[in-house]
Amino acid sequence: MALIEMNGIRKSYAMGGQRVDALRQVDLAIESNEYVAIVGSSGSGKSTLMHIIGCLDTPSAGNYRLNGQDVEQLGEIELASIRNREVGFVFQSFNLLARADALRNVMQPLIYRGVGFGARRRMALAALAQVGLSDRAEHRPNQLSGGQRQRVAIARALVASPSILLADEPTGNLDALATEQVMALFDALHAQGHTVIVVTHEAEIAAHCQRVIELVDGRARSGSG
Amino acid sequence: MFATVEGARSAWESIVAHALRSFLTTLGIAIGVASVVAVIGLMQGMQASIAAQFEGLGGNSLSIAAFTPVEDRLKGKVARLTPDDLDRIAERVDGIASITPLLSLPLQAMAEMRHGTQVAFAAIQGTTHTYQQVYNAYVQSGRFLSPTDDQRRRRVCVLGEKTRENLGLEDPIGAYVEMGGEWLKVVRIMESRGELFGISQDDYALLPYSTLRSMNDPLADTDIAIQVAIAEGADRTAVKARITQLLRHGHGLQPGEPDDFDIQSPEQISAAFGQIGTALTAVVASIVGISLVVGGIGIMNIMLVSVVERTREIGILKALGATRRQILMQFLIEALALAVLGGAVGLAVGFGLAAAVTALVPSLPPAAVPLWAVALSLGFSGLVGVAFGILPASQAANLHPIEALRYE
Ligand SMILES: Nc1ncnc2c1ncn2[C@@H]1O[C@H](COP(=O)(O)OP(=O)(O)O)[C@@H](O)[C@H]1O
Ligand SMILES: [Mg+2]
Repeated sequence: MALIEMNGIRKSYAMGGQRVDALRQVDLAIESNEYVAIVGSSGSGKSTLMHIIGCLDTPSAGNYRLNGQDVEQLGEIELASIRNREVGFVFQSFNLLARADALRNVMQPLIYRGVGFGARRRMALAALAQVGLSDRAEHRPNQLSGGQRQRVAIARALVASPSILLADEPTGNLDALATEQVMALFDALHAQGHTVIVVTHEAEIAAHCQRVIELVDGRARSGSG
Repeated sequence: MFATVEGARSAWESIVAHALRSFLTTLGIAIGVASVVAVIGLMQGMQASIAAQFEGLGGNSLSIAAFTPVEDRLKGKVARLTPDDLDRIAERVDGIASITPLLSLPLQAMAEMRHGTQVAFAAIQGTTHTYQQVYNAYVQSGRFLSPTDDQRRRRVCVLGEKTRENLGLEDPIGAYVEMGGEWLKVVRIMESRGELFGISQDDYALLPYSTLRSMNDPLADTDIAIQVAIAEGADRTAVKARITQLLRHGHGLQPGEPDDFDIQSPEQISAAFGQIGTALTAVVASIVGISLVVGGIGIMNIMLVSVVERTREIGILKALGATRRQILMQFLIEALALAVLGGAVGLAVGFGLAAAVTALVPSLPPAAVPLWAVALSLGFSGLVGVAFGILPASQAANLHPIEALRYE
C-alpha cells in the first residue's frame, strides 16, 4: 500500500460562472521514503496538488488515500491533526509569523499537539540546530536573510517529526548558495527516512530527487529521476 | 486548560504588539466602568452617611405625625395632631418610656432671631426635656431644657452650633436672643451633627414646648409631631396599635375611614432612603450597562479589522495544524483580555475619580466602592468581551486555510 494514493483527482474553481479545472484527472502513488519532484509549467496545478496532498484543501472529485485512510471521510479536527503531525509544509514565500522570533515560529506547531512550554522550547531549539540556525533563535523573520528564513520554515516543518515533507518551490526566492543549503537539508531529511516531495521548475532541483512527476494539462505524468 | 493558557499567551502578545490600538480599543469599556465605579462609590458613601444620621434617632421609638388622606385634602380638610392627642397618649398608653412633642411654627418653619445687630434664620421647634433621649442628642455646653422650663413656660432656648455661629454668640450660655418680640435666654449649645447633602444639621433653636405654644396665637391651629420612646421590654407593635386606637377614637374616625395620622419607626424611614439609593443605583447601572455595550461594539469592530489584517497569519496557523476551535479560543481570549483590561483600567480610574470628587467637595461623605461593584464591573466587562468577541473569533476560525494563505 502506497503512502499517498490518488485516483481521478479533480479540482475545479468557479470563475464568473465558468468552471476552471486546476486539476483534471490526477492518478498517482507515492511510496514511503520516496524523494519526488513535481514539475510543470506555471499554472499547471502544482500548488493545488500539494495543498490537497497536505490536507490544506480538498479535491472536487476523486479519491485520495493517505496512509490507507480515505481523506474524504475525515472531519475538520482530524484534518488539522494530519497537518499538524503527518505533514510538514514549506512554502515558497516562507509564511513565517512576522511578529514571532525564529524560536517561537518553530515552537508554534507543537502548541497544537499539546506539548508544554519547556518541551516545546527544547524541541524547537533542536530543530533550529538541525538547520544550522542555533545562533538565530531570537531573530525575527525581518532580521533574517531569505535563505535563513526558509531554513527556519524547514525547522518548523520538521519539528513535529512528520512523515511527509511538502515543499512548494522552496528555493524560488533564494540565491544559488541558499538554494544549495536548502536542498542539502532536504537530501539529509530524505536520508533520515522522511518522504520528501518538492515542487520545482528547475532541472537542478529535480535532479536531487529519485523520481519526477510532471503535471501536464491537469494530469500527472510520471517520469524517472 | 492548555488551550486557555496558550490562548492567553498569544492574546497577550498581540495586545502588546498593538499597544496603542489595544489601549484605544479598551477605552470605551474603561470609561464605562470608571463611571459606574465612581458613581456607585459616591452613592454608597452617601447611603452610609444617611444610615448613620438615622441611627441618631434612637433604636426603639415611634414617630407620629398628622397625615391628611387624599380625599380629605380634596375636601379642604387638614389633619392635625393636637396637644390633646399628646396628653391622651401620655396618660393612656402603657409601655412608653418617654413622650416628646415637637411643635413647629405654623406656616413658616424658619424664624428670624436677633442678637445685637446680628440677624439669623433658624428652624424653630418646641419640645420637652425628653427630646434628648429620643434623639440621642448630646450636650456641648450648658444644660438642656428641663421639666420646669416647660411647666413655667420659661423664656429659654437651646441653640444648634450653626445658629450660635450665625448669631455671633462668642459666650452663648446665659446670653439673650430676641425672637418674635420676646427675649430668650440661651441655656445650651447642642453638639454639631454635621452636614447632609451640603445642608447644615445644626441651624436650629429648641424652645420649651409650652413656651412656644404661649408665644403663638393661642387660637391658631397647632399641629405637633410626637416622638415616643418605647419602654424596655414593651412590644412596639402593641404600643403602635394602642396609639392608633386612641387617636382614631379621639379624632372621631368611623370604621372604614382611613387614619388621619401616620406612625413610623426609624427603620421604616431609613428603609425608604435605602430604597431611593437602590433605585438610583439601578438607574446608573443600566446607563453604564449601555456604555459597556457601546464599548463592546468598539472591541468587536477592532477585532473584525484585526481578523482581516491577520488573515494570512490565521492561514499559517491552520497550515501548522490549528483546529477551528483553537483559533476561536485564541481570538475569544484576546477579546476577553482586552475587555477585562479595559475594566481594570476603568476600575482604577473610577476609584481615583470618586476619591477626587469627595476630596474636592467637602460636604460629600467619603466614597465607598463595595466589593460587589468591583466584581460586577470586571465580570460584566468580561461578558461584554466574550459576547462581542464571538463574531470576529468565529470569522477567524471559519477561514479556509488556502484562501487565508492566498490573502494579500
Ligand atoms: N482560488 C482560486 N480560484 C480560481 N482559480 C484558482 C484558484 N487557485 C488556483 N486557481 C487556478 O488554478 C490553476 C492552478 O494553480 P496553481 O496550483 O497555483 O498552479 P501552479 O502552482 O502550478 O503555478 C491556475 O490556473 C490558477 O489560476
Ligand atoms: Mg504554485
